[in-house]
Amino acid sequence: MKEKKEIIIAGGVIGILSVLLVYFGNPANMGFCIACFIRDIAGGLGLHRAPVVQYIRPEIMGLVLGAFFISLKNKEFESRGGSSPFIRFVLGIVVMVGALIFLGCPLRMVLRLAGGDLNSIAGLVGFGFGIFIGVYFLNNGFNLKRNYKIVKTEGYVFPVINIGLIVLVAAAPSFIFFSESGPGAAKAPILISLAAGLIVGVLAQKTRLCMVGGTRDMILFKDTYLLVGFIAIIIFAFIANIGFGFFKLGLENQPVAHTDGLWNFLGMAIVGWGSVLLGGCPLRQLILSGEGNTDSVVTVMGMLVGAGIIHNFGLASSAEGVTQNGKIAAIICFVFLGIISYVNSESFAKGKITEKGMI
Amino acid sequence: MVRIDTCGMSCPQPVLMTKKALDKNTGGVEIIVDNQVAKGNVERFLKNSGYKVSVEEQEEVFLIIAER
Repeated sequence: MKEKKEIIIAGGVIGILSVLLVYFGNPANMGFCIACFIRDIAGGLGLHRAPVVQYIRPEIMGLVLGAFFISLKNKEFESRGGSSPFIRFVLGIVVMVGALIFLGCPLRMVLRLAGGDLNSIAGLVGFGFGIFIGVYFLNNGFNLKRNYKIVKTEGYVFPVINIGLIVLVAAAPSFIFFSESGPGAAKAPILISLAAGLIVGVLAQKTRLCMVGGTRDMILFKDTYLLVGFIAIIIFAFIANIGFGFFKLGLENQPVAHTDGLWNFLGMAIVGWGSVLLGGCPLRQLILSGEGNTDSVVTVMGMLVGAGIIHNFGLASSAEGVTQNGKIAAIICFVFLGIISYVNSESFAKGKITEKGMI
Repeated sequence: MVRIDTCGMSCPQPVLMTKKALDKNTGGVEIIVDNQVAKGNVERFLKNSGYKVSVEEQEEVFLIIAER
């Protein structure tokens, strides 16, 4: 019960902080969005040139460093890696494609719901559907094999780079990009963004909060622990949105969203399925990156590169809707997910059914 | 008692492997985990499934013993 209380408090703080970040200047229903913010960072670094989504978002560095410092303090920091890194890299790209077709990671999906954006319901159903498919393969022995202890310094590189990104955004040299209009220009002050990221990073590391883990563990083990955190975010963000007068119920004219229900569903189905294969949602990948898990670092790098590809190839949706290229990319993502899931599931690998891990 | 090694496996594999092992060995199993997250998850799963759980801290790993 104590555990559940902690994750409810963590979810509550995340929900309220998300709305506060909007109050301080972030785009509406986007206090936090891991996919959108990594996409903005890709833009800020010049990996794509979409002028409206360029900003090195301090929330991301805060999340990584919050998890880094608390895991050092708790003695949970450990450099590990080597569990199918390149598959994880590509899965990072795939999850990003799904998220930018829907326009949000699972965290923003629930923040959109808490802000009254009914388009997120199609996303939520798709997300659940994607998780369901992923769990089907987990039950058939899907795994990306084990990770290993690696040289200690390997795990420190990513957190240190995040400190470098803070310096970069604060110093604002002319070679990085800042949006002058659009969502990339809507931002809370740097220190507030960073502080919010640090707080959420600590809470998410301590509670293991994971947006995909809630539904997954409920289906797999009837374990409600993570799901409780997921629901707490929705409830507290909803209350805070009402309090600040941000709540706006409806389908039309929702901020940074489109009304194409089918593609909202399919986009989040990709995110749900891909995240189950990765073992955690984009938020969880960032937190693990701060704890020394370099497989998660590779996944985040996949998301960053994916964001560049997505905007350079015109795959991302906008308020006008989904693009033709985005639809084709989504189909490719589903095929990739299907192949990866099938070939890495022990039940389907003919004649190779082994008792993994049995001594 | 059957012993399974979940070292290096990422979420939710340690719990899945535990569940699978318990399906075949309903009396109990021993599970080796190498991190706090897996330890917490496996312990919670075992307790929810009605097992008595004890944990031995060994060099760099935890040995979780689940018995009816």
